[in-house]
Amino acid sequence: MIDATGQPQSVLVLGATSDIAAATLVRFAAGGRLRRAVLAARSAEALDVTATRLRTLNVREVVQVPLEASDPGSVENAVEAGFAGGDVDVVLIAFGVLPDQQGALARPELAVAAAQVNYVGAGVAALHAANALRRQGHGVLVVLSSVAAERPRRSNFVYGATKAGLDALCTGLGDELHGTGVSVLVVRPGFVRTKLTAHLQPAPLATSPEAVAEAIARHLSAGSQTVWVPRTLRPVLSVLRHVPRSVFRRLEL
Amino acid sequence: MAEREELLTGWGRTAPTAAHVCRPHTAEEVAAAVVAAGPRGILARGLGRSYGDAAQNAGGSVLDLARLDTISSVDPVTAEVTCGAGVSIDALLHRTVPFGWFVPVTPGTRQVTLGGAVAADVHGKNHHRDGSLGAHVTRLELVDGSGERRTLTPADPLFQATVGGLGLTGVITSVTVRMIAVGSAWLGVDTTRTASLEDTMSTLAECDGRSRYSVAWIDCLARGGALGRGVVTAGDHLGAGDVAGGGDNPLAFAPRARAVAPRHVPAGVLGPRRMALFNAAYHRAAPRHAVAVPTHAAAFFHPLDVLDRWNRLYGPGGFLQYQFASPDPRVVRRVLEGFRSARVPGLLAVLKRFGPAGAAPLSFPLAGWTLAVDVPARTPGLATALDAADRLVLDSGGRVYLAKDARTAPEMVEAMYPRLPEWREVRSAADPRGVFTSDLARRLRL
Repeated sequence: MIDATGQPQSVLVLGATSDIAAATLVRFAAGGRLRRAVLAARSAEALDVTATRLRTLNVREVVQVPLEASDPGSVENAVEAGFAGGDVDVVLIAFGVLPDQQGALARPELAVAAAQVNYVGAGVAALHAANALRRQGHGVLVVLSSVAAERPRRSNFVYGATKAGLDALCTGLGDELHGTGVSVLVVRPGFVRTKLTAHLQPAPLATSPEAVAEAIARHLSAGSQTVWVPRTLRPVLSVLRHVPRSVFRRLEL
Repeated sequence: MAEREELLTGWGRTAPTAAHVCRPHTAEEVAAAVVAAGPRGILARGLGRSYGDAAQNAGGSVLDLARLDTISSVDPVTAEVTCGAGVSIDALLHRTVPFGWFVPVTPGTRQVTLGGAVAADVHGKNHHRDGSLGAHVTRLELVDGSGERRTLTPADPLFQATVGGLGLTGVITSVTVRMIAVGSAWLGVDTTRTASLEDTMSTLAECDGRSRYSVAWIDCLARGGALGRGVVTAGDHLGAGDVAGGGDNPLAFAPRARAVAPRHVPAGVLGPRRMALFNAAYHRAAPRHAVAVPTHAAAFFHPLDVLDRWNRLYGPGGFLQYQFASPDPRVVRRVLEGFRSARVPGLLAVLKRFGPAGAAPLSFPLAGWTLAVDVPARTPGLATALDAADRLVLDSGGRVYLAKDARTAPEMVEAMYPRLPEWREVRSAADPRGVFTSDLARRLRL
């Protein structure tokens, strides 16, 4: 159960080797209530690192589950495995890929692969997790969207399109679940300095995995919401959304 | 029986979860619901005054027992009255006070059911003299985990496990309690304004020697040496002839809430700064020392009941009440100072001395002191500060009140309630399938 101070006792993380997922797990464990963590990811070795870290933080039960995010069947199995050991307080969907924009334009199958993971895989995970949470009558589904979901930009609209689909699905899902004890937190970070983005030039208002983790932890009891990290991105994007396309396409974003 | 999915919270309005709520009319319907309970279990709920998650059952069934509302007449010889578990102390007092009977123990609100009051083993301002409610209950009717209806008396281990058992041993359907005879609905109340925590504690100890009821409101927001200054009130029931103002019926008991708190209150209305000013004014307004002032029972015992749903004042984030009991008087100061250095504002705080512990294994009170503090749930650093307080309380041989709990670590509760294994044994005999459960039971792994 998530207690009155917003601390979960059990989590299921899909894409547990991502930097944001690891930071969020560490943040949860620091409160001293986290007892069970089910970690799903493709790479077993990378998962070992996260699992070991959690055990040193006194998380008693750490379960590792294989996950192929592009395969809806595998995603469903991972969600099922997460709920097999009892109630899950928080489901965090943290997997995603960042396709090379020019590559994807030249070879559309790369765009399909990105959509298969970021939209289809994550969307299927959200729907299955929502059903399982609904049955237990409580819990929070945390979905990592992106500022890129807000308005397509020339530099990364292939990625943005996949996140926009997921963002729309999960925002609607949160409203659908209102009043059921289950809430959906749609998290829209800006540029996060992670291994996924290590090769890129940081954008303005860049943030860290720890800041995203902190925002997630702070909003766990807040109900279904959209959370921007950092917070200032919300007003910034509100303005950018209304910039005419003729101007927007010329902006170096 | 019709059931409806509802979102439930405790009085603190934190951690909402959904359950299938139904409202049985009879003990037979309760038994049928227990037999039909699904894998997420079943739990009785009264008027939802537990601060935390004790009366929630996420994804399972919740029985609202408000319709078990019969009240027998009071036996003039034994002073016993038998009530349906859904009868509130409010309803009971309205019925019996005009005939000169008062409940033996009442918490700070009348808006609790007798079933809930037994399940929490509530205490009142007379704990130092009369113990908790369980000591005055002579018979319980309980539907156990097999749907069997059982009649229990204090000699039965299941009776004691049910007292303070948080609804986890079965569904209480009827409570027989021994009332006390009173000559009026009034009390003679002494009020003393105190200047420091030590002053408050010694005044309380003095009052306990001569008064049946005593309690202190304390100011946790006062700075420096004034921390814990307060207002100590102590009282005794007045006889019919002692009530001044003649003419009126001294046994009249018809209090009502005067107002309802608005549905939507923004966060921070009860902020620490505003409350510090309020506390200072309240403290100054109290008489330095007043003796034997006639006060109506409703005003003395249930001051907060004048504002219905006052829990809304804490805004959408809700609040929690931290209440502990400790044999060591020094723990009170340590906990208050810990809150102060962590900038955790104790907006409303009540201090009282407890008498000896009762017989029930999960009963909260123990000989010593108890402090209850209300804190907004979204206070930064709250979790850490309360964990530190738990540590102080445990190390002193004390414990926290489970009926108010919303955040204690399971290991901590295990250590604070050494009779938990004994209770678990009785519980699993009464409920072998484990159908009775709650969010609190899941969280604390009871």
